[in-house]
Amino acid sequence: MIEPLQENLTYLADARVGQLVRIARIEGGGPIRQRLLDMGVIRGTVVRIKRVAPLGDPIEISVKGYNLAIRKSEAQAIRVESEDK
Amino acid sequence: MQDTQTQTTAVCRVAIAGNPNAGKTSLFNELTGRNQSVGNYPGVTVERTEGHLHIEGQSMQLIDLPGTYSLTAYSAEELVARNFIIDEQPEVVVDVVDASNLERNLYLTVQLMEMESPLVIALNMMDVAQRHGVIIDAAKMSDLLNMPVVETVAREGKGKVSLAQACVQMAAGRCQSACAVTYGHHLDEHIDTLAARLAEDDGVCRMYRPRWVAIKLIEKDPELAQAIAKIADDADGIAMATRAAIQAIETHGGDQAESIVAEGRYGFVAGIIRRCVHTPSTERRSLTDRVDTVVCHRAFGLVLLGAIVYSLFAAVFKISDDWAWLFGDSPTGWVGRIFDGLAGLVGGLEATSPMLHSLLADGVIGGVGGVMGFVPLIFTMFFFVAILEDTGYIARVAFVLDRALRAFGLQGRSILAMIVSGGLGGGGCAVPGVMATRTLRDPRDRLITMMVAPLMNCGAKIPVYLMLIAAFFAQYQAMAMFCLWLLSWAIALICSWVLRRFVIKGEQTPFVMELPSYHMPTLRGVMRHAWGRTWTYIRKAGTIILAVSLVMWALMFFPRMDESAPAKHAGVSSVPHGGISQPADHAQCRTQLQQSYAGKMGTALLPLTEWAGFDWRDNVALVAGFAAKEVIIGTLGVAYSMGQVDPEGSEGLSEQLAGDETWSPLKALAMLIFVMVYAPCMSTLAVIRRESGSWKWACFSTTYTTVLALVLAIGVYQVGQAFGLGT
Repeated sequence: MIEPLQENLTYLADARVGQLVRIARIEGGGPIRQRLLDMGVIRGTVVRIKRVAPLGDPIEISVKGYNLAIRKSEAQAIRVESEDK
Repeated sequence: MQDTQTQTTAVCRVAIAGNPNAGKTSLFNELTGRNQSVGNYPGVTVERTEGHLHIEGQSMQLIDLPGTYSLTAYSAEELVARNFIIDEQPEVVVDVVDASNLERNLYLTVQLMEMESPLVIALNMMDVAQRHGVIIDAAKMSDLLNMPVVETVAREGKGKVSLAQACVQMAAGRCQSACAVTYGHHLDEHIDTLAARLAEDDGVCRMYRPRWVAIKLIEKDPELAQAIAKIADDADGIAMATRAAIQAIETHGGDQAESIVAEGRYGFVAGIIRRCVHTPSTERRSLTDRVDTVVCHRAFGLVLLGAIVYSLFAAVFKISDDWAWLFGDSPTGWVGRIFDGLAGLVGGLEATSPMLHSLLADGVIGGVGGVMGFVPLIFTMFFFVAILEDTGYIARVAFVLDRALRAFGLQGRSILAMIVSGGLGGGGCAVPGVMATRTLRDPRDRLITMMVAPLMNCGAKIPVYLMLIAAFFAQYQAMAMFCLWLLSWAIALICSWVLRRFVIKGEQTPFVMELPSYHMPTLRGVMRHAWGRTWTYIRKAGTIILAVSLVMWALMFFPRMDESAPAKHAGVSSVPHGGISQPADHAQCRTQLQQSYAGKMGTALLPLTEWAGFDWRDNVALVAGFAAKEVIIGTLGVAYSMGQVDPEGSEGLSEQLAGDETWSPLKALAMLIFVMVYAPCMSTLAVIRRESGSWKWACFSTTYTTVLALVLAIGVYQVGQAFGLGT
């Protein structure tokens, strides 16, 4: 079992527009977690941050070939590592 | 329950499942044509559409399940879909899959497979997939999943015959769908062990399939865990086995068990896709992306949203109300003419039987006319909303505005309901506004929007405003209207904030929303959508509004004053339809109104309303305004012995009130605020009742707005008087 190095982890909410990130972990539980899982936001998935809404929140990401809008508060619970070289 | 599937009846039930935006409803419409009925699932406000299809001598009943991404217990839609499959055991489940978005769509397929449903896959939007250069080997997919896979393009009706045939085959047991999902070695082992443990429990097996229960328990599904605790013979043993399995899985997998199950499902999906889908390696920029760079642009996005919402609003009211494009009149005008004509037909009764005449003309025809008068408005509104929905733009509205409205406990899509209700200040109507809350998925967001949308300045309040402004603030007309518009938004936003905080509490649902690819809507789809919702309004709201308008009529008609006196023109129309009464009758009308139950209510309310400066005549008008806000003008006319006053031309009443010693600009201000805020009209109420699914919220909406209106009006009047403005 390979745990990603903690130092590389940031939050999805802090990622830049255009950046590619790999999902490492979802923090918290309950409905929000289940919903994100159902929508394909699972460990190891690479997502791209596409844009930020005009008022700065929510953000749009591209995951598994489709576009998903999530609030920053939800993105705050998603740990990611950068895929950009 | 498994052994009850023996075919005895000719009718077989086909449930249509699938992701939102996968073309599920289009496919359902293509299959069933006009044979549809819309209802609600018991206990929830999730729409249930059913239809029929006859093919190869087989009669099939089709049920359109709500569009879902998953089958968890966390949303009403998902629970409804899953319980339908478990409880009703449909003979066939058609899973509509968006071929252009295969990976996430197949996630639901996997869950339907877990339930061991008799599955047929409709691989929809094949044309879009092909345009993206995606090649799908449907035959191979059918082999791998061991179930029929039919390619369809629902928008064009392609593949519907093959799909129906596959359903017939499946129902007749001539083909099968049986394929075990594998989640990876370690998880499979724990699922099998727990499933074997559950299979020994007769209580569980009577209701559910053990393997599905095992998966759901490992996923920590709260609803099913509760159900199992109740029905299992050995509930404690099962709970213990579940805990052990979860712990082992989490230790091994290094994450929460529900994550590992989801990963397992997506892993299975990835395996299928690897073997039967070829995706082009070069990722090109889709049309959706190019449109979204404009639509969701930082500055331009908001401007465009404003323009689109404004044109929607303008178009709805121009087409249905303003423009005389239908044989010289607007559609609303035509409905009005038809009912005026009907009222004319019963006119002969006036001399012989005045009470029957008043009942028919004012109560029944006025009431039904009131309901039908909204129909052109509602249809046009839903026509345009359906276009916005079917293209995918509504999701962008939510995306762009979410931040601003969330601060007040609303969400991005609420803006539509607010604007249709009159949020732009140029008229509108809360009836289609409340119905527009259907675009909101979360029941709490919907409810709050429904509670505050009637606070907007609808088209019926505006004539009342104009009349009062003309009487007391004539020199500031534009400014006064602008202030009223600002005030309505301020009150609505504060109310929604308070409601979210104290009444309809709870975390706002996670905003995790798909931004679907743009699609060109079809005229047929949009028309069907609009008409379906309009028909629901006519059927359900019609009965309630008719009943309430009869009550309102009786309140103003009874008891009759002195029976011996010639009751020539005694009734007070609850919905003014342009009748002009003789001046000599005015005093008599006024006395009758004072004598009626409504008049007595007006007098009884005096101790309360005199704090706001209203006397009994104002109270009667406000009580009558419950039928429809524009009735306030007509009733004030009668109460101030003016006879019937047409809301469109109320100059006479303005002069009368300006000259009346009980009126002052301060009282007018209190009245303006009261009219803006107090109880939604009965049509709106009937729609709130229908849309919220209970009288509770309809009553709550009436109570809180009326109390608030009274408090505000009294506050304004008393503070004003303290500063010596009352004279």
